[in-house]
Amino acid sequence: MSEGLAFYAIFFAAIFTNNILLTNYLGMCSFLAVSREVDTSMGLGWAVVFVMTATSALNWLAYHYILVPFDLTYLRFVVFIVIIAAFVQIVEMIIERVSDKLYIALGIFLPLITVNCAILGVSLFMVIREYTFINSIFFGLGSGIGWMVAIIAMAGIRQKMARSRVPRALVGAGIALIIAGIMALAFMGFSGMIKIT
Amino acid sequence: MKGYKVKKVFLEDLGVNNPVFIQVLGICSTLAVTNVLKNTVVMSVGLIFVTALSNVTVSWLRNIMPSRIRMMVETLIIASYVIIVDIVLKAYMPEVSRQLGPYVGLIITNCIIMGRAEAFALSNPPGLSFIDGIASGIGYSYVLVVIAIVRELMGSGSIWGYHILGDWWTNWSIMVMAPGAFFTLAIFIWVVKGIMYKREEGRSS
Repeated sequence: MSEGLAFYAIFFAAIFTNNILLTNYLGMCSFLAVSREVDTSMGLGWAVVFVMTATSALNWLAYHYILVPFDLTYLRFVVFIVIIAAFVQIVEMIIERVSDKLYIALGIFLPLITVNCAILGVSLFMVIREYTFINSIFFGLGSGIGWMVAIIAMAGIRQKMARSRVPRALVGAGIALIIAGIMALAFMGFSGMIKIT
Repeated sequence: MKGYKVKKVFLEDLGVNNPVFIQVLGICSTLAVTNVLKNTVVMSVGLIFVTALSNVTVSWLRNIMPSRIRMMVETLIIASYVIIVDIVLKAYMPEVSRQLGPYVGLIITNCIIMGRAEAFALSNPPGLSFIDGIASGIGYSYVLVVIAIVRELMGSGSIWGYHILGDWWTNWSIMVMAPGAFFTLAIFIWVVKGIMYKREEGRSS
């Protein structure tokens, strides 16, 4: 299986060749809704990187030390989503107590993240591909960074696009999808460097 | 009165309120499976099932659910139905289940299901919520099926696994890969919205 792959290979593959957004279509909802300004996208991006890394580690532990020994793997959807939601809630409370500045920067994005498909997706991929613990953490980190790169690039392009004339029926989601398609084409240029399936 | 309302809910979800091209919700988890028609249809059936039944359940519980934790309750209800879909797929269609991989589980985070539960089931009786769930499920699915037909036909020259286009057809491998899905959906939205705007103009002038 994937034992042969080093963690750094998985890390770079998750950013470039297997970008979670542009090749697996995960996290599209908030991608289309939020990617209008670079600053907001950056905030959301950091929140996603953090939550994705932490939840992939937590979910790995829960899966291998609770679900597998008790033969409850079919419950993984419920367990994963509860862990993600609980984690997000706890982080939100801690940030609120500890740092006002950080809360203003990240706090408003945290509730959005629970329903971000990419977070759950990373945990499910990690189970299916049978990653080790270290590999899972780096897969989560890499996917988060990959998602952030994509959304920031998209926000930059859309800020410029605001001044151009787009056919009326394409305004909004339509043009965003076309940009995403072109970005996906560009990212295909990386394919073949590293392969994870 | 009731019949009128049912019909109205049904038609609105298919047309003017269509979740995919008007609200652009929930394309995340399902766009990925549109490169093969069969997988798309299986996924759509699963999605309609989950949307309809979770709508009914949420609607039943709507008066006893504390509103502070309702999101969590809704998520758990949806997750339970998705588990049923996953187990059924694994038992009866192991091949398809393997190809869909994590995307079956990702039905949970599909914004449409949550969105319908929040926007409709919380304020409507179970019967009507069931209709709404089915209708928005279908409204979502037919867009995906159209996209899947286009992608499979152009990408591998076949539909439902049967070769339709002859040997003269060169496969557009871009269509079965990621960019193809983005472009196809964008063009679909373009065409539908274009027609809608044309009609509006026709009405106003």
